Amino acid sequence: MSITFWLLSAIIVPAALGILFVRKAVHAALLLAAVMISLAIIYLTLEAPFLFAVQIIVYTGAIMMLFLFVVMLVGVDASDSVVETIRGQRWLAWTAGVVLGALLLVGVAQISLGTMVGLDAANSGGNIEGLADLLFSRYVLLFEVTAALLITAAVGAMVLAHRERLEPKPTQASMAAQRVRDFSETGRPLVPLPSPGVYARHNAVDTPALLPDGTPAEESVARVLAARGTVRSAPALADDITEVQRTLEDVDGGPAGGATGGTDQASGSGHNTENPEAGA
Amino acid sequence: MNDVNAYIGLSAVLFTIGAIGVLTRRNAIVVFMCVELMLNACNLALVAFAHQHGNLDGQVAAFFVMVVAAAEVVVGLAIIMTIFRTRRSASVDDASLLKY
Repeated sequence: MSITFWLLSAIIVPAALGILFVRKAVHAALLLAAVMISLAIIYLTLEAPFLFAVQIIVYTGAIMMLFLFVVMLVGVDASDSVVETIRGQRWLAWTAGVVLGALLLVGVAQISLGTMVGLDAANSGGNIEGLADLLFSRYVLLFEVTAALLITAAVGAMVLAHRERLEPKPTQASMAAQRVRDFSETGRPLVPLPSPGVYARHNAVDTPALLPDGTPAEESVARVLAARGTVRSAPALADDITEVQRTLEDVDGGPAGGATGGTDQASGSGHNTENPEAGA
Repeated sequence: MNDVNAYIGLSAVLFTIGAIGVLTRRNAIVVFMCVELMLNACNLALVAFAHQHGNLDGQVAAFFVMVVAAAEVVVGLAIIMTIFRTRRSASVDDASLLKY
């Protein structure tokens, strides 16, 4: 018994147990990926290099990615409810599971299967060649049936995921007409909203854009940020404004500083600050 | 303990954990992951027995299990998506329309 097996077992069993206890589906998916990669290495020690590659490519690569896609579609925080719909079901399930495990382990410990023959002889012509020989001779019918199964699964997934379109697809012209209608009825602006942070010192999304008169444009930051209260506060913004004014006065020297003497007007956007330089 | 028995023991432990997960978890996606864990446990037993007996039939069987698992995951996740679209929930307890 190699040390690899015991090391990997020490990874696999806690990771698999973790799937039972973690709240979030994403964590369960990551733990399952760890289990699968460790199993792939065990396959390698069992002289199955083809299954090692397939385990990593198909299971960890394709199937786990599919799981993660669905977790993202369904919602990352769709966690388990702890309410029991059947009374005592959780307790009974654990009892039955532990009894099953004990039964299996005792059964495995009782039998003796002799020493491992090893695959040196079977793999002598190459593992993949040996598998292909079996696959296309003894198991060729099974192989064909598998093809039918895969096609059925692909068609089934498409049918299940397909949604009939009940209304015509919106075209560019209809969307433009809708926008004009919204403007005339509710006053929604025709043009896109201003982008945040077009101020000389910040271009972060939490910094509102400044209007020409120096006041922050509230609609330039995302509503989500405003609701969370993570928008840059007005005092901090005011400090920035005075700071920029000071640097402008330093750079421009006397005449420009005199020209931008009125502090409130000079606190405007970048366009204002460029003009004196062009003039000077 | 014999050589192959350790592998079969690990396989049994993984299968048990998967079975308990299927019975106790409520999130359909996690239940599905536990089914995958059980399939993986069977694969480990198959590969270990192939090594034990010195032929490749077990590995071919494990390969077929992987193919079937891939097909099953595709259809199963599509079903979960369909249920989620109509119920706005991925909990297996909510899909109980046949009960009433």
